[in-house]
Amino acid sequence: MYQFFFELTGNVIISTLAVALVPLICVLLVTLFGVWLERKVSAWMQDRVGPNRIGPYGIFQTVADFIKMLQKEDAVSSNIDGVLYNIAPVLVFAGSFAAFAVIPFAATIVGSDIQVGLFYMLAVSSFVVAGILMGGWSSNNKYSLLGSMRSVAQIISYEIPTALVVLSMVMLTGTLSLTQISELQTGYFWHWNIFGGPGWALSKFLLIPFMIVGFIILFISTLAEVNRTPFDIPEAESELVAGYFTEYCGMKYGMFMLAEYGNMFAVSLLISILFFGGYQSPFGYLGNVFGIKWLVSLEQFGWFFAKGWFFIFVQMWLRWTLPRLRVDQLMTLCWKYLIPFAVVNLVIIGIISLL
Amino acid sequence: MREYFKNTWDGLYTVLVGMRITFKHLFTPAVTIQYPEVKVKLPDRVRNRLYVNIDDCIGCDQCARACPVNCIEIDTVKSIPGEDLGTTSNGKKKALWVTKFNIDIAKCCYCQLCVFPCPTECIYMTDIYEFAEFERANLLYKFSALNGEEAAQKKVNYEKFQAEKEASRQVGTAKPKPEAPAQPSAN
Repeated sequence: MYQFFFELTGNVIISTLAVALVPLICVLLVTLFGVWLERKVSAWMQDRVGPNRIGPYGIFQTVADFIKMLQKEDAVSSNIDGVLYNIAPVLVFAGSFAAFAVIPFAATIVGSDIQVGLFYMLAVSSFVVAGILMGGWSSNNKYSLLGSMRSVAQIISYEIPTALVVLSMVMLTGTLSLTQISELQTGYFWHWNIFGGPGWALSKFLLIPFMIVGFIILFISTLAEVNRTPFDIPEAESELVAGYFTEYCGMKYGMFMLAEYGNMFAVSLLISILFFGGYQSPFGYLGNVFGIKWLVSLEQFGWFFAKGWFFIFVQMWLRWTLPRLRVDQLMTLCWKYLIPFAVVNLVIIGIISLL
Repeated sequence: MREYFKNTWDGLYTVLVGMRITFKHLFTPAVTIQYPEVKVKLPDRVRNRLYVNIDDCIGCDQCARACPVNCIEIDTVKSIPGEDLGTTSNGKKKALWVTKFNIDIAKCCYCQLCVFPCPTECIYMTDIYEFAEFERANLLYKFSALNGEEAAQKKVNYEKFQAEKEASRQVGTAKPKPEAPAQPSAN
């Protein structure tokens, strides 16, 4: 993408800014749409209607809420730890936003096509741990501290099954680069990793149940990474008010919300890249049928977003189905169930991939 | 060990069952009533805003006395004999001018206790529930048919009548005394 802009403008600064701006605008639009979708989906699942006054079907509700939030007074208590308090939302947002740099939205639309994209993504998502801890500690509020401690415990515990499943996928595909992983799943939907991967060897069919197990483990652990129900003890709206971001108001709270939805989107995209073919279409491209080159990129972009939104919808669906897990149940789930299954899965996939 | 796998299977299966139920609910129609455009029909005997038909009020003060929060204020002035105040709807002749009949609808607790003692059924609950105001003073409802000057006038009339009656009573008791001894002496 950088090349494209550089050829367009010939200026280093403008093209760098353009490359940085595309994911930022993406994240903002995703948050706007995501908040609206969450409210509407939660309403429909609860037999209600959701916001329907501002704009048709209430689509401008988030914009109205955003404008209201901008006008809020930035009330800060005097006992907070100044520097940490102000840096925390920035760090949380930066952590979730930086992951978008390596996600390939189409074959040619990728912020930075590095060879270690997956590794970078997992590493940078760990910034949020520091941000959350800072936020909880500097708020000078024991409930925020409690919320942030629990959140940190949750996030670092669930990074282990995530890493194990990602490792098994890396073993299978042989590359850490996200674009490569998406490219390897070309063709129709039976070449996606969830159905065993490209090619027609025996190993493809043997792999299918283990891929499904891997997908379920990854889905659950990334759900915990983004603090979504049933793992939303840090936010626990009915218990800790808002957990680690209780003391934040106005735009800083907006940053945490942006970070949450950005994170949700990033992990949905990660799941779709690893298991569901990334930006590949399940049926082939209209652009190829008609011979229009740039239409292929657009279609890939569309399919990628559709998959990402589908997983976001499933996350919201789970939110309104399941009750919140207790802290000890959460830890049990991670260490006693997910990790053993992930390790066994890893070993078996390793053996099969040798065939 | 068996329990471990049973737990795993149970966990996954029950989540899927729950998800199916929620998915079904995604397509059930909403039960929300879009309020300002659609209003629910209230039952027949709801207790909402009070109304007083002041033409029927005989000024008996029963409703003010029954009110548990003392939100009704009634002032009456006795009428002078010979004045015609009209009759109530069930044929009784009215005898009191009701100069002040204020209900502070902000204090009213909508208990309906003032409706039952009324002998002419002039105070009753309507079905109006949307009567919010911007100023709190507008929530003091004044039902009296007499404006300030007329009320003052009636009071003045009554006081004059009282004073005349007082004066004539005193004159009446003073008069017979000088007459009595004069008569037998004349005869």
